[in-house]
Parts: sequence; C-alpha cells; structure tokens
Amino acid sequence: MARAAVSGGLKARRAWRPARLVERWPETATASTLVLDVPGWPGHQAGQHVDVRLTADDGYQAARSYSLAAPADGERIEITVQEVPDGEVSSYLAEDAASGDAVEVRGPVGGWFVWRPEVSGPVLLVAGGSGVVPLMAMIRARDGISRAPFRLIYSMRTPQDRIFDRELRRRANENSGLEVSFIYTRTASEDETRPVGRITADDLVSHGWAAELKPTVYVCGPTGFVESVSDLLVGLGHNPGRIKTERFGPSGP
Amino acid sequence: MNERSEQVAVYDGNTLAGPLSEVFAVELTTAEARCRGCGTSSQVATFRVYGPDPGLVGRCPHCEDVVLRLVRTPDSVWLDLSGVSVLRIPMPADSAP
Repeated sequence: MARAAVSGGLKARRAWRPARLVERWPETATASTLVLDVPGWPGHQAGQHVDVRLTADDGYQAARSYSLAAPADGERIEITVQEVPDGEVSSYLAEDAASGDAVEVRGPVGGWFVWRPEVSGPVLLVAGGSGVVPLMAMIRARDGISRAPFRLIYSMRTPQDRIFDRELRRRANENSGLEVSFIYTRTASEDETRPVGRITADDLVSHGWAAELKPTVYVCGPTGFVESVSDLLVGLGHNPGRIKTERFGPSGP
Repeated sequence: MNERSEQVAVYDGNTLAGPLSEVFAVELTTAEARCRGCGTSSQVATFRVYGPDPGLVGRCPHCEDVVLRLVRTPDSVWLDLSGVSVLRIPMPADSAP
C-alpha cells in the first residue's frame, strides 16, 4: 500500500477525508450553505458532488450526496443543503451543524452532470427548487473564464424559496451574458406578470434558447420536474443527447 | 437532497458516483450500460435509483428492470450487475495506467 496518496489521485478521490465546518449561513428558511475545510481537496468541476458522512457517538453512520455549490477556494468547498422532512443528514447539516464540527467527505464524484468552461456554446440551466445548487456552481465557474451565454430558468414555490437570491440578481444585472428568469408555482411577488403554475413549454421558449442554437441543457430538480422539463424540451426539438439531468427527490418545487 | 423513497425514483445514477468510486478506478457514471432486459444502452448517470437504505437499486430508464444493486456493509461492498449485459467505459487510448 502506498504511504501517501497523491493529491487528486485515485486513492485520494475514493478515500473518506476528515473535514471541518468553518462557516454556515442561511439561504432561505429551510436551506443553508456550509463551507467545509477539507485538507488535501483536489479541486472539482462545476456540477460534481461530494458525499458527506456523519458518525454518531454510538458509531452509527449515514452518508448522503450533495452538489458542490461553488468552485473550490483552495481546500474550502461549499455545499448548499435543503432541509428534508425526516432527513437525518440534511436536518443536521441545515439546522444543527456548528463551526468546528467534524464530518467526513468523499469526492469529488460524478462526471456526467458537469459543465466544462472549455466547451463553448449557449447553455440553458433549468432548476426546480434546490436543484439550483449545481447550476449555481456552473454560473460561478463561468465567471471571468467563459463567455458562453447562459440562461437560467429557476422554478420554485414562492419568492421566499429563492436560494442565492441576491447573487443571482446581481449577476444578471451585470450584463455579462447571464440571464435569469424566475417561475413561481404557488405564490408570486406582486409585480410578477406570469400567473403562478408549473413550468410550461412557453416558459422554455420565452426564457430558454431555440433548439436550432444547439444549447447544452442542464436540468436539476425533483424527479417529476426533471421528467416534465425533459419531455417539454424534447417536444420543442432539443436533442435528448444535449439534455443532462439530475434528479433528487419526489417533492415538487 | 431527499432521503425517502416513494413510488417514483428519488435519485438517479449521479448519486451512484461516490459508492461506485470505492470499487472502480474509473468514473463509472459516464459509462454506457446495456440493459439485459430491453437491450437499450443508457448512461449509468441516467439510471432511476431507489435508496439509499438498505442499499441502492438502479433501474433501466427505458424498461424499469433492475440493472444494478449496491449494498455497503461494514466490511464489504455487494455489487449486483446482473441486469447489465455490457458496459462501455469512455477511455482515451493514452490513459492506460
């Protein structure tokens, strides 16, 4: 057995690494961003995940996979966790975790639902609820590196559920090739002209890219959302091979 | 992420990346798997996945047959790939070890 794994090597990628929570802030009433310090973190691509493992005092362990929310800052990584009813890992991370707490992480993992800055061409991001997290990682990774035009369509129940609210609006106002549209399924703000309701083909036409432009599309959200958006996109002529999806649960946005 | 399985698949094959990385030296979620049941090839990342406890069950996105089962015990990984007939793993010629 090798004495030490090379940073970024295979052994490093597979191993559970000790990590420490250094900062946590709320994004909404039920979602929080956590910054973890992970010695030896090898870096990652936008859209990749990290597996987080918790160990209780009695030795019981639970591990879950979370999307990385931002490019790595040295050995610091960010995840944004939406609290799930009865979710033993998400509840702890979104509510109880305190600075200094120790967890273990494994990763980065995943190679399919990723965006690489060297790939040019328009990108459409379609988020349902906390499915915005890996898409935000792509938006942040694009910053200053790529001029690929991005459009984000972000569906959620109410304006209060908006994760990364201020940053998204700031980035959209910078006029740097990112456009952001919000869709509300239950309650909208007063100045909103679109009636509340689930995402439709019209929304994808108005706020997305025409299929002829051959955008790469990333869809992330609950299973029903992902399936419905994928079907709508294919119906609009988008090549299924350019639609990448990631689903994470049955609850609708 | 949600942690309860319902009638619909809660996860997809993207969530298999970590558990599979314990076993395989290559990223397996970008591999194409041919379903033994219907013969369709799909990327492992697109499997419908149920779990995570007591284990992860991957189903073919086309016919819903079980293609993969993965259970982690304290001393072993149990991996049942009997629903997959062929795996095509993207690998440039110059990446040989």
